[in-house]
Amino acid sequence: MNLAFQIAKTHLYAKPRQTIVAMLGVTFGIAMFITMVSLMTGLNNFTEELTMTSTPDIRIYNDVTEPRPSILEEAFPKESGLKVVHHPKPKNETPKLRNAFQMAELLRKDPMVLGAAPLLTSQVFYNYGPVQLNGNIAGVDIMEEDKLFDLRSKIITGRLEDLLTSSDGILMGSGLARKLNMRTGDRVVITTPEGFTMTLKIIGTFQFGLGTIDNTKAYANIATVQKILQKDQSYITDINIKLRDINQAKPKAVELQRLFGYKAEDWETANATFLTGSIIRNILTYSVSITLLVVAGFGIYNILNMTIHNKMKDIAILKATGFGAADVRNIFMIQSLVIGFFGSIFGLILGLFFSYLVSLAPFNGGDFISIDHLPVNFNLKFYVIGLIFGLSTTAIAGFLPSRGAGKIDPIEIIRGQ
Amino acid sequence: MQTILKTEHVNKYFYEPQKFQVLKDINLEVRQGEFLSLVGKSGCGKSTLLYVISTMDTDYEGTLEINGMQLTGKTQNELARFRNEHIGFVFQFHFLLPEFSVLQNVMIPALKLGKYTEKEIEARAMEKLKLLGVEEHATKRASKLSGGQQQRVAIARALINDPAIIMGDEPTGNLDSYNSQVVFDMFRQITSEFGQTIITVTHDEEFAANSDRVVEMSDGMIIGSKANLRPEKQ
Repeated sequence: MNLAFQIAKTHLYAKPRQTIVAMLGVTFGIAMFITMVSLMTGLNNFTEELTMTSTPDIRIYNDVTEPRPSILEEAFPKESGLKVVHHPKPKNETPKLRNAFQMAELLRKDPMVLGAAPLLTSQVFYNYGPVQLNGNIAGVDIMEEDKLFDLRSKIITGRLEDLLTSSDGILMGSGLARKLNMRTGDRVVITTPEGFTMTLKIIGTFQFGLGTIDNTKAYANIATVQKILQKDQSYITDINIKLRDINQAKPKAVELQRLFGYKAEDWETANATFLTGSIIRNILTYSVSITLLVVAGFGIYNILNMTIHNKMKDIAILKATGFGAADVRNIFMIQSLVIGFFGSIFGLILGLFFSYLVSLAPFNGGDFISIDHLPVNFNLKFYVIGLIFGLSTTAIAGFLPSRGAGKIDPIEIIRGQ
Repeated sequence: MQTILKTEHVNKYFYEPQKFQVLKDINLEVRQGEFLSLVGKSGCGKSTLLYVISTMDTDYEGTLEINGMQLTGKTQNELARFRNEHIGFVFQFHFLLPEFSVLQNVMIPALKLGKYTEKEIEARAMEKLKLLGVEEHATKRASKLSGGQQQRVAIARALINDPAIIMGDEPTGNLDSYNSQVVFDMFRQITSEFGQTIITVTHDEEFAANSDRVVEMSDGMIIGSKANLRPEKQ
């Protein structure tokens, strides 16, 4: 094996240019893979993080659109036959969660639950001169909400605690504040769809980095929103839950739905579009990278075939002097793997460099997401995958010509002279 | 003198472009220390016979025995190992590995055999090169040497594992008379001093006439075997 290695080394050194060209094929393939996968997963993580900061792991609410047994079925449960009620609509049915505070208290005792925050939301119009901007106000226990979404880090002006002591204060999304041309300390007049009008004071602004939230949302105390909606003190529409292990969300949601009899929605269901997006991005990344590596593999295949063709005489003499088919095959396999290994290593370095350059590139996320640079994921895992990729393609590409070299009949070559 | 190589009823056919019998019932016995020349016209099958007895060609009928070992029916890898240890080759074209140094070329079959350490092999290779008078070129690349020098290096390579038999396919075919004489003298020395056996295919009549025995072939058959009486041998 050592001898095969020495012979392979001499062959590689004897044709440095050809060796380098073969390596470059692998290098570029791997570099592209690293760059693409870093950027794509960077984007995936970024969007996932954004959505995670704005969606709870599980949300419990009263889904009034859920199909329910009709009044006929309730009245005559035992009778068989056709019972039809046309166009039933819920009456006296509000999105209120009964005993929401007790439910939240119960949830907080669950060892799987990190936090549970009851809240209620109201649609409102923010009055801006003659124009009314659409938006919503969430009534929350701000300290509990902070546990769930780490609000403190998203505050731009003002302080979370100020909300606790204020009966008409709101924390407003930065985009919304900009649209309304307002600053912390200003007052804003809101109108509910029911026609109730109220003046609120902006005590701070926050930024999630996600346009859909920053441009429409405001936080207030639960009591404030209950006042806006003219509801009683037990009126709560949602409970947001954060779990210790996010991957438990799906089974836990099912369990909670059965336990409380209200709809419990996990984050995966709520963000199905985002998840599909990241799956598609992953497919794209891997298919492009594999294509590049296959091209590099063909390059190695060609170069090795050429080398073997030029080395027919050498192979013949090696076999005559006692090298078996496997020995000859090893000589060329080693060459291919050495090309693959160093090509991959250089590719990883180049890929790291490219991804670093990409991470410096300015990028304007526009109104939708607030980023100024492309997010890049520098994860060691991809470098390991890249190395495995590079080695396996070169091994496959090198195997066929090498095996061919092992099978060469020395007599044909020697007699052919 | 004991028998080193023996063939019994060897037949061989070529199938391209049509079936043709190249070797017809070859029974050959070679004794240890013999310097044997295979002669005959082009296409008489002498090279084919050489490749059969060299174990490189396994597509034949009959049996081949070298050093008391039956070689017919062995796998290619077993035969490769056998060649490595027991057979040395000298070809008409020198077939050195051009990227390697002269010394490395000589060392490779011994490194393959792995009987000695690399240090020992290097010393032995230098010894063989000295024997053939090309030791001053040891560090040069093989491709930089003249034809005669290359052939001497090739002989040194054939000798490195102290094989029982050295086979030559027209080893002087491409050399001038001076280098031919050097090669011949070397072969002579190998047989008389080291007791190794030499089988060569040759067109060179003088070369054949000076060897111990001439085996003549025609149309795939051995038609004559003539021992040359050599004064110094008797």
